[in-house]
Amino acid sequence: MRAAIRIEALAKGFTLHLQGGIGFQVLRDAALTVMPGECVALTGPSGAGKSTLMRCLQGNYGADAGHIWLHHRGADVDLAAADARLVREIRRETLGYVSQFLRVIPRVSARDVVAEPLLARGTPRAEAEARATALLTRLNLPPRLHGLPPATFSGGEQQRVNLARGFAPHYPILLLDEPTASLDAANREVVIGLITEAKARGAALVGIFHDIEVRDRVADRTRDILPLEDAA
Amino acid sequence: MNVIPPRNAPAPVRSPEGEARGRESAGQPVRSPEGEARGRESTGQDTAYNFAYLDEATKRMIRRAILKALAIPGHQIPFGTREMPLPYGWGTGGIQVTAAILGPRDVLKVIDQGADDTTNAVSIRAFFARIAGIATTTHTADATIIQTRHRIPERPLREGQVMVFQVPMPEPLFKLEPRLAETRRLHALGDYSLAQVKLYEDIAHQGEAGSAYNHPVMVGGRYLMSPSPIPGFDNPKLHNSPAIMLFGAGREKKIYAVPPYTTVESLDFDDHPFKPMRAPHACSACGSTTSYLDEIIADDQGGRIYVCSDTDHCGENQRR
Amino acid sequence: MSAALLEADGLHLRFGAVRALDDVALEIHPGEVVAIVGESGSGKSTLLRVLAGHMAAQAGRVLYRDAVGDAREIGALGEAAKRRLMRSEWGFVHQNARDGLRMGISAGGNIGERLMSAGTRNYAEIRAAAADWMARVEMDPARIDEAPRNFSGGMQQRLQIARCLVTQPRLVFMDEPTGGLDVSVQARLLDLIRGLVAELGLAVFFVTHDIAAARLLAHRIIVMRHGRIVEQGLADRVLDDPRHAYTQLLVASVLSA
Repeated sequence: MRAAIRIEALAKGFTLHLQGGIGFQVLRDAALTVMPGECVALTGPSGAGKSTLMRCLQGNYGADAGHIWLHHRGADVDLAAADARLVREIRRETLGYVSQFLRVIPRVSARDVVAEPLLARGTPRAEAEARATALLTRLNLPPRLHGLPPATFSGGEQQRVNLARGFAPHYPILLLDEPTASLDAANREVVIGLITEAKARGAALVGIFHDIEVRDRVADRTRDILPLEDAA
Repeated sequence: MNVIPPRNAPAPVRSPEGEARGRESAGQPVRSPEGEARGRESTGQDTAYNFAYLDEATKRMIRRAILKALAIPGHQIPFGTREMPLPYGWGTGGIQVTAAILGPRDVLKVIDQGADDTTNAVSIRAFFARIAGIATTTHTADATIIQTRHRIPERPLREGQVMVFQVPMPEPLFKLEPRLAETRRLHALGDYSLAQVKLYEDIAHQGEAGSAYNHPVMVGGRYLMSPSPIPGFDNPKLHNSPAIMLFGAGREKKIYAVPPYTTVESLDFDDHPFKPMRAPHACSACGSTTSYLDEIIADDQGGRIYVCSDTDHCGENQRR
Repeated sequence: MSAALLEADGLHLRFGAVRALDDVALEIHPGEVVAIVGESGSGKSTLLRVLAGHMAAQAGRVLYRDAVGDAREIGALGEAAKRRLMRSEWGFVHQNARDGLRMGISAGGNIGERLMSAGTRNYAEIRAAAADWMARVEMDPARIDEAPRNFSGGMQQRLQIARCLVTQPRLVFMDEPTGGLDVSVQARLLDLIRGLVAELGLAVFFVTHDIAAARLLAHRIIVMRHGRIVEQGLADRVLDDPRHAYTQLLVASVLSA
């Protein structure tokens, strides 16, 4: 079986021009392979590069060197070398991302935030809205909030909208950044259920979990990301 | 036949008593038999002026403009307007066009708002009679050239007749786009959406096209033209007419033309077709229900009567 | 990948000693939203004008692939062809609504003008289309006969947008579409644009100095400074992982509420 994700010799550093041009390396020669149906948890101390790796994997950060092979449309595509249009296509069809913070757009209701990626993939509106509602309900978001823009929601409510949006389209690859950070026990269970179902579907997941209990229940293995010796 | 013979030449031979009486009316000149035989050729022209007032070079210039205008129906041709013995706004363009095309055997009719007997019509007719010595008439049927302000005669025109229109503002888009550089460009590009938009606005605000007169027309399917301030009622007469239509704007220095049998279509919408409008009455004088009517206030109570605007047409109807 | 809708290469334009455009090359694909950001004097507005055919570059060319697939060089187009293009397949939303509207003509007339220019001669059809588009840009269709003079700034902008979109253009240029509007009005307008772009599959070039608007609307961001493109790429990458010093400065300067 071929890997869903294969990171090879990934390097990522930053140059802060506004601070006199100081530069520092976060990732050097990083490698990671994730198979379909597998959940890998990134572990390691804060600031070591877990989020950086995650963002490179999402295409949000540009890699300096190395490859991020993703199985997309039946072929292996290097995300690190992909142009903007290809990245968008990958994000639309193959690569989902549950971020830590919900980027709120004024006037768009929670239901529409969740439905949007489905619509982008061509799902008919009625079906997209139905699935959005079902997921929000499963995540225990009160129905009266479904039609409201999430700007005024609590952190936990916003996180649930984010989760629904990430899990609605059944991506083959799903990235989870602190998915249960603001949730109570009941909703943590729901998330664990969602992850388990995704794995059963053959999705490859990579996650950062600060909640060790959740991590232990969903991750098939962990991958330590340690700070580079010469990091600032 | 009601043709006024050419005006008399000035200063016939006078008796000493005549000289003494000063310059009272010179009376009828004595014509020689050869003169009679020549019929109505110009024998009575005021020879202090060139035939038809304009010098020959100017006439050639205007004729060139006219030929160009006829070759490009509806398109405005600039011309070097001359100083005429009447002010701008009184028909200098029309007069220059008439003067340029006038020949000794032409018979001229001049109308103003359809009538031959208004001050301007009378003055212009007398002007040409004097400085060209040509025959004039009030009958549409007998005229070879008809100079007009604001109307086209009711009687259908025939081949060989020429209508000369007096035009105040030749640019149909002027009210919508006052910049001449821009309107020139719009004409060149055939971009008349502005006129169509104005029509849309009229219908939206008034329920129908706003201009009761000077309703713009498409000539030959190519140029948008102002038909001069004739009522919309007269627009259909321009379409496929056997006559030559010439338009002169003296103040604005433009000439344009519609050659015979040219398509002339009033601007409209498919679902709001152009409708020629007339007052729904019969003429009090001749009873016509098809001619364009003038409304006249008859008394102090606001009573009004309607009379044919075209005096010649009304007169003919009455004689039948 | 589909062929580019518009591509420009080697664009140069100087105003005296000032390089307004210095070797600019870019492209846009159908359905893509590209933000051109930079500060005053960066050349972004000049770039927009050159791409939209309002101004000619001194060197380089702009190629547009039209609805039937032919590549047309904008600089070589005749006036008539360019006008036709601008009224049908392209739209231009000006920063100041007054520049993009006929202030003395009713809302319906403004929207209907492009249809009439394209040859539509049915009054009822034009009016229905105008009312439909007014509703789509969240204007009250009952105000169809009012002149834009009486509208608020936000409404005027929305009318401008409706006026552009009525002929279903493939490419829309926007010059600071939310400039000068109140913040709440801006938010509403941006969201409207976002929705319409997604719904109609429009390609959009928009110039803005508002980074937040760029993040909200754009798929890609082009950063300009002194007439040069200093950085371009995926919108979230340019904003979250800026490489060029100037981009880093721009992003760091954004005040967040």
